[in-house]
Amino acid sequence: MATTDTHPPDDQPAAPRLSMRVRRALWVWGFLALPVLFYSVIRFYPTLDAFRLSFTEWNLMRPPKFIGLENYREMFADEDFWQVFRNTFAYLIMGTPISLVVSFTIAYFLDKVRFAHNFLRALYFLPFLTTASAMAWVWRWFYQPAPTGIINSVLSQMGMGQMDFLRSTTWALPSIMVTAIWAGLGFQIIIFMAGLRAIPTTYYEAARIDGVGDWAILRKITLPLLKPTTVFLVVFSSIGFLRIFDQVYNMTNNDPGGPLNSTKPLVLMIYQTAFSSFQMGAAAAQTVVLFTILLIVSLLQLWVLRER
Amino acid sequence: MSATATDMPLPKARIRPGRILLWTVLFIGGMLMITPLLFMFSTSLKTAGQVYDLRLIPESPTLANYVQLLTENGFLRWFVNSTIVAICVTASNCFFDSLVGYTLAKFRFRGRQFVFIAILSTLMIPTEMLVIPWYLMSANFGWLDSYWGIMFPGMMTGFGTFLMKQFFETVPDDFLEAARIDGLNEFTIWWKIAMPLVTPALSALAIFTFLGNWTAFFWPLIVTTSKELYTLPIGLTSFAVEQQVQWEKIMTGAALATIPTLVVFLLLQRFIVRGVMLAGLKG
Repeated sequence: MATTDTHPPDDQPAAPRLSMRVRRALWVWGFLALPVLFYSVIRFYPTLDAFRLSFTEWNLMRPPKFIGLENYREMFADEDFWQVFRNTFAYLIMGTPISLVVSFTIAYFLDKVRFAHNFLRALYFLPFLTTASAMAWVWRWFYQPAPTGIINSVLSQMGMGQMDFLRSTTWALPSIMVTAIWAGLGFQIIIFMAGLRAIPTTYYEAARIDGVGDWAILRKITLPLLKPTTVFLVVFSSIGFLRIFDQVYNMTNNDPGGPLNSTKPLVLMIYQTAFSSFQMGAAAAQTVVLFTILLIVSLLQLWVLRER
Repeated sequence: MSATATDMPLPKARIRPGRILLWTVLFIGGMLMITPLLFMFSTSLKTAGQVYDLRLIPESPTLANYVQLLTENGFLRWFVNSTIVAICVTASNCFFDSLVGYTLAKFRFRGRQFVFIAILSTLMIPTEMLVIPWYLMSANFGWLDSYWGIMFPGMMTGFGTFLMKQFFETVPDDFLEAARIDGLNEFTIWWKIAMPLVTPALSALAIFTFLGNWTAFFWPLIVTTSKELYTLPIGLTSFAVEQQVQWEKIMTGAALATIPTLVVFLLLQRFIVRGVMLAGLKG
């Protein structure tokens, strides 16, 4: 590193203040040189580029042509876009509450269990360590019709009718969502348990002495004190559902986002617009929409936490 | 309900029926959680003829599927690719995120706040927004379909930098001053004195980065085109699409993608859970 050259020999105590400050600054910017370059070239420039491209028409063959807001106008006039928009929010609006209620319930009770605690916790945590695209194929197999798929085999053995799951425009999206909820549950349980542990036991002891019941303790002490954890998980999980892709792509890959676009989320639409149709400008406009939605969710988190 | 948090300090909790019931329910729930994994492994040990036999324990388990996938179907190559990519990106993050986090936490210099906020603001930018410019950049520089092409977007992250900064702030300045008086240079002070004090955070960062890159799908799907450069998730998808209904083969592929992270977890359970808690609460 060039900064080592600036070391004055030890036998030169003259003007140590200034040289030390300069030396320190050289170290700092020596440390930061590569990272600053990285963040400028790999993060900030592409961000601006995405905005710029969203105002152009570009199919990679001819140079990009500036067309103003035409991409946005076309997108908002496109019925498919609104279908995708509704799907994306369907994942979010069903997925986030369900996964949070389930994971909190499990964490709340798991926290009270002492016997084989680590073993039980491991069972719930394991799915978090799996690869989403690999598990999508396992679930896809589960959802197959009778002799192949386990769920339908069990249903038919119990004398019930089979479910279409991934082939039905109604059930495909919830079926995929279950996979995503399952995969994220372990992480949320661990974070909830960490939050529960952080609540001082003296609060509970005081409440006990006052004769407060379990339900009241949960509502008046546990949940309010857990608010930062909950807000973090709501945002984390919302962002996850808004960006869902791996599961959908793998579970519907013979007709990605199908049947009839009923499961297609925004990220899959972006992928297809950019890398199947090669309409880079239109795809960039879609990414700007995704960025805006995610920004609003993150700002909501800051706002909710400030209210406290 | 019988059990409460007040029971925690008691050395031995009394065994009550409510507790046993609670434990049983949680156990059944836990088994349901790993059912997909159990069936995945079970089916991967079956032959094509046994797939419709839905019993969990295969009649005559065989590793033939694994052998075939690893030797004939390119899984070995994808396995190696995934390992190389995940290890390189993890090493890079552990080095650079720590270095930047340390610099921001322990030096006072002009522009510090600006650099910090700039890096933090990258957390707001979703990957999906960057992939199109990254793709064009890679096409221009010839990075498409290469290891570097898969790796470059993740070599440093705002999340890791923020996490490490939080932890370096807890390192006492006196330690660093003492080392300065001893004549160590700033790089050595960071590497030899400060880094060993934040190993819990460092391991949390390593776990998250490795897991994130091992399971990464979206960007590798875009940047790789030749089979030789697929990572395991992309290879698995292309393989599964070819196999169509040969579920025992597909389950074997899924198992191959899952086994490494599960093994690491079983070896380091306490460590990993603590790491997730650390990163989740600080990050």
